[in-house]
Amino acid sequence: MQPPADHVHWMFGTGFLLLGLLLLTEAVVGPEVWRRRRWRAYLWPGVAFAMGVLMWPVMVFFTNSAIHMIAHGAWAQAMMAAGAAQLGLARGKLQSRYWELTMALALFVSGAAFLIHEQNGWLFSRAAFLHHAIGWTAIAGSVFPVGRAFRPRAPIWQGGLAVTLLAFAVLLYCDRNLAPIFGHLSQAAVTASR
Amino acid sequence: MSTQLATSVGRETTRRRSPRLLIVSALGPLTALAGLVWALVQPYRIALLEPHAHGFWTLVVEPPLLVMLVGAFFHFVVAPSVFEDLEADER
Repeated sequence: MQPPADHVHWMFGTGFLLLGLLLLTEAVVGPEVWRRRRWRAYLWPGVAFAMGVLMWPVMVFFTNSAIHMIAHGAWAQAMMAAGAAQLGLARGKLQSRYWELTMALALFVSGAAFLIHEQNGWLFSRAAFLHHAIGWTAIAGSVFPVGRAFRPRAPIWQGGLAVTLLAFAVLLYCDRNLAPIFGHLSQAAVTASR
Repeated sequence: MSTQLATSVGRETTRRRSPRLLIVSALGPLTALAGLVWALVQPYRIALLEPHAHGFWTLVVEPPLLVMLVGAFFHFVVAPSVFEDLEADER
């Protein structure tokens, strides 16, 4: 009764789409307006934390090797840490703006995990291509939370982070269990899927 | 007899919406539109059109519908309170 792996990716893509929209709105209206209602301040940190929690069952049920398990466990911890830090900042329990760096760490760890656990080249299959693309997007996108920590009022950093998460959503929605990428599909991928 | 019927238009209706309001009000509909276009371009992704041919998860997780759902959630749940606060901020 488990969902297929690509369905799980689409569900997480939906989570990233929502996160991206919320962050983009915060970037447009500014943090003062966005945090005027308490529930709204908690909304995207809560979604990020929940996605980290939901990554644990993915680690348990969908990983078939040690490196996959470690990668998914690292994502779960990094997303939970980033979400929890943002919840602490929204609640006022955490005061230092440098807690924003947990989001940069989460993105960097996620990106590195994507790249390290993908054993095949870019054009092996669509899934392999997306692992590489998401990994490098995450590593490049980790610049934005760093900027947010040091220049919290500059919308470019918040907007950049939102666009990075929206790009994750698009890439995750593109995932299929077995599909070609730009006309390339390794025979080894076809054999492995049988 | 006067044929000149002068009506006054309230300030509320003549005031132009700020770019920030326009962007926030467009995000939800644009997202839902993206899902709709996706569903039209790839109708086979909508398993509900052929419910007996698919399993549980394929019926539950249909990406174009999920995209539309996120757009609707944003527009009807998140955006209204943002409009109110943004309008209060800009007054």
